[in-house]
Amino acid sequence: MNTNKNEVEQKLAEDVELLLPWHAAGTLSRRDAARVEAALANDNELASRYELVREELGEAIRLNETLGAPSARAMQDLFAKIDAEPARSQKTSLGFGTWLTNFVAGFQPRTLAYGASAAALAIVLQAGILAGVFVKEGGVGYTTVGLPQVQDGAFVSVRFNPQASAEEITKFLSDNKAAVVGGPASGGMYKLRLADRSLSESELSAVVKTMSASPVIAFAAKAN
Amino acid sequence: MTANTATSDEILIGRIAGGDRLAMQVLFARHHVRVFRFVLRLVRNEATAEDLISEVFLDVWRQAGRFEGRSQVSTWLLSIARFKALSVLRRKPEAELDEETAGAIEDTSDTPDVTLEKKQKADVIRKCLSRLSAEHREIVDLVYYHEKSVEEVAEIVGIPEATVKTRMFYARKKLAELLKAQGIERGWP
Repeated sequence: MNTNKNEVEQKLAEDVELLLPWHAAGTLSRRDAARVEAALANDNELASRYELVREELGEAIRLNETLGAPSARAMQDLFAKIDAEPARSQKTSLGFGTWLTNFVAGFQPRTLAYGASAAALAIVLQAGILAGVFVKEGGVGYTTVGLPQVQDGAFVSVRFNPQASAEEITKFLSDNKAAVVGGPASGGMYKLRLADRSLSESELSAVVKTMSASPVIAFAAKAN
Repeated sequence: MTANTATSDEILIGRIAGGDRLAMQVLFARHHVRVFRFVLRLVRNEATAEDLISEVFLDVWRQAGRFEGRSQVSTWLLSIARFKALSVLRRKPEAELDEETAGAIEDTSDTPDVTLEKKQKADVIRKCLSRLSAEHREIVDLVYYHEKSVEEVAEIVGIPEATVKTRMFYARKKLAELLKAQGIERGWP
């Protein structure tokens, strides 16, 4: 039993040692980084080996930085080759991920944990987006043209606050049980679907009023 | 690389897929030096490395519409660069390329004692890093200089994650041996 426990401890220690280079470079997940930190705090020998890793890291960076940069010839060659390529259509089919990236990046200048936020946003958007999205480059920004044309239900048009993060927008959509079904249109307006059934004028006005008060929304109006 | 930069790279790729030359210029300006250095460390010839980076970015121009965003753009670039560098190395043995750049590699004919007298420890470490095998140089650079995670290195090099960890370990072990041969005993391994 003790032998097994020792073997497990030995294996974990070896595993932590293997991770030291990534810990020094700051590219471990939070969980692994915490595991390495805990091991370093309890093992002086490991800590001294970690100093060797840090030394190597610093010199590897210096070595690479001394390699210089390519001459302008590389860029000239590249664009000469690009110019020689056959012209391509400006309308390009892109994956949903790329559309989502443009969508999110269009109104969130703040630093954010993009991956997690985009994933959460994707879940909300799934309810409203059933088909692939085609993006074509327009004069300003991008225009989605392949969103399903949903006819029934209650809709509003909104412009998201440029300072709103993807997380805040995700929460806003979730709280309001809304799904993006169109946009961005001119002025950065997006069409949101609120319900499967139509709402009365007074109900819709109340929703617009509530949404307008949200810090996530810069402008909201009824839509057909 | 920050989350914002990664996101911005993906936007550029989307625009490049639509034929936007300006987006291509921005992406090139942002990444070409690092890609060049990665390739140069593999092929050890500046002219070859310059040729390769224009080919790498030409591939990006051609394939941008197929980029699915499953990995960072910088990881994709290094994967393409590695493939092209290895293709060159297959056509031209590394020994020949090493010879061409012999002038750039420091003389190691001194005895360990003389070397220590002439050089600082840091210089010796850099020299030994240069003398690692191509396989070991590659992984050391990807981890230390290009800041790639275990998963990203696995994707670029095309090996399992466990192998990434052990290859890095053996690269460091080899470095320690080279340092020892130069008179630097680090007490590990």
